[in-house]
Amino acid sequence: MKTVSQVFSEAKNQNHLALIAYLPAGYPNNELSHKLIDTLIGNGVDLIEVGFPYSDPLMDGPIIQAAVKDALSKGTRAKDVFKAIDHAQQAGAAAVVMSYFNPIFKYGFNDFAKALASAGGAGVITPDLIPDEATEWIKQVNMNKLDNIFLVAPSSTDERIRMVAENSTGFIYAASLMGVTGVKSAQIETVKNLVARIRKFTNKPIAVGLGVNTPDQVMEIAKFADGVIVGSAFIKAVSEASNDSDAVDVVARLASALSAATGKIG
Amino acid sequence: MTAEIKLGKFGEFGGRFVPEALIVALDELEQQYLAAKKDPIFNTELAELNRNYTGRPTPITDAKRFSKVAGGVQILLKREDLNHTGSHKINNVLGQALLTKRMNKKRVIAETGAGQHGVATATAAALLGLECVVYMGEEDTKRQALNVARMRLLGAEVIPVTTGSRTLKDAINQAMRDWVTNVQDTHYLLGTVAGPHPFPVMVRDFHRVIGDEAREQMLAEYGKLPTAVAACVGGGSNAIGIFTAFIDDDVELYGYEAGGDGIETGRHAATLTGGSIGILHGAKSYVLQDDEGQTIESHSISAGLDYPGVGPEHAFLKDSGRVNYSSITDAEAMEAMALLAKTEGILVAIETAHAIAGSMKLGAEIGPTGSILINCSGRGDKDVVTAANWFNLPVGDVIA
Repeated sequence: MKTVSQVFSEAKNQNHLALIAYLPAGYPNNELSHKLIDTLIGNGVDLIEVGFPYSDPLMDGPIIQAAVKDALSKGTRAKDVFKAIDHAQQAGAAAVVMSYFNPIFKYGFNDFAKALASAGGAGVITPDLIPDEATEWIKQVNMNKLDNIFLVAPSSTDERIRMVAENSTGFIYAASLMGVTGVKSAQIETVKNLVARIRKFTNKPIAVGLGVNTPDQVMEIAKFADGVIVGSAFIKAVSEASNDSDAVDVVARLASALSAATGKIG
Repeated sequence: MTAEIKLGKFGEFGGRFVPEALIVALDELEQQYLAAKKDPIFNTELAELNRNYTGRPTPITDAKRFSKVAGGVQILLKREDLNHTGSHKINNVLGQALLTKRMNKKRVIAETGAGQHGVATATAAALLGLECVVYMGEEDTKRQALNVARMRLLGAEVIPVTTGSRTLKDAINQAMRDWVTNVQDTHYLLGTVAGPHPFPVMVRDFHRVIGDEAREQMLAEYGKLPTAVAACVGGGSNAIGIFTAFIDDDVELYGYEAGGDGIETGRHAATLTGGSIGILHGAKSYVLQDDEGQTIESHSISAGLDYPGVGPEHAFLKDSGRVNYSSITDAEAMEAMALLAKTEGILVAIETAHAIAGSMKLGAEIGPTGSILINCSGRGDKDVVTAANWFNLPVGDVIA
């Protein structure tokens, strides 16, 4: 299995941004979601972010809300999240879970970290958890040799950026705007400034997410970040596809167009 | 016995389980609130609004005829239903609206279930010249149509929320999404003692006027404290508001949750009695959830109690044993609502009726030598149609 650090150092050596794709487990169903993971990896995605569908996704806009509601209504559970992780890492990518904190809390910190590690997972992104509240959880994550990925936002003070950077391993998730997923377009100048502020405190890789959906944006982000995260754009493509093979085709085209834009110039 | 507050924690409960993007706003809110609390100008302004706008202090009514059906125990009603806008909600709203001005923010957003908090927020926004947006679950806009019209008359924009279960929980999600997007010029005027720190502490402090007044009135008018204090609990703001003043006294405290069709049916909103420890809407507390932490939809005839979470201080007060929490079914609440109306001429909100029903049971235990002070948190005008349907009373066109 691949680690998050390996993904970023390979990308750096090849002079491109690490391309990270988000898909919720069980969407639109387990079988097709596994096929979509293969498609993403086959078309240049370096790291798969598997979403743990949650009933109250307050950082997500309408596109992801609808997808996770659909996944939950089809009975998606933690075991499906770990299966998707296992599938992605076997297909050769690094795989992390994106989960709101309550499903992790309810599962049990130790049990969740262990289950993720034994599925071959590389780390966890927790959008509603700040390091200040994560002491016990961080211990379990470290004990199971997983990476802990926290977020910084354009509103974060320097003091908070330093604290988040210190507590993050693998990479730091830089939110490109103030808002939720898939509604507004990434604000390139805002996030460029944020990435520069993060770099004052750390050498760890930085990936930009929220509102990224076009190759043009990826090209801009390649000028200053180490990775880029795309979620809603893939889900929108899947939700608008007329059938399974159409879904695979549009995801392949989008992934490969985004991947082609990840190259760093000079 | 008062909960120790360290970084916004009540024992293991509370905290700030929110996106990093909101932390700066929560820090600012905490600082501004702590500064305002010590600022005589702020306190004078709020006290004047409480007196001349809300109509405080609210009286205590000795419900003598009702006490006969409650086992003879003396029943004393702290009349928050007489506040401007018809419930206790205005206490917190005026405090937070003044803070909004202090923070130089021009826009407030709020969630509402029954519509009482939305109406109170729209009212304060009109009074202080703030832009106001209220998120309300689509289900609730239907069962509380009167309050939707009230909010719009007051100049607020009401946005029906069509995601999730389309009730209060989803209205809070949507308000949080708005806040994270517009936090620079917007204050989230949260309506209960839930959510991330500092909301549970701040909202409690703005409501503690209920208990502080009631305690003084008890001593001045009755020469002693009550045997017990009772309140309904949804998120828990009116309950904390009256409990806080009595927490160090030798007075028993009772919180009544919405039992819906009965805890055993699974169709209820009794988070403390029928839920488990979890994290929802930014705080660790009790939550109605399944074995994998997915929130379970709550059920109650009372839109204001129909919420699968509860304020973290209540979780602490439950586990410490200081407050007794139990549940009241829809049927028990409706019966109590009708009984109080017929014996005292006071039509309370269905939320409040849960505390009335609980006190009838409690009265039978305490007996005629004791007294129960009930937080009469809201009036029932908004519930007339729901009650008429429940009791099969003809309304509108149906009247022959």
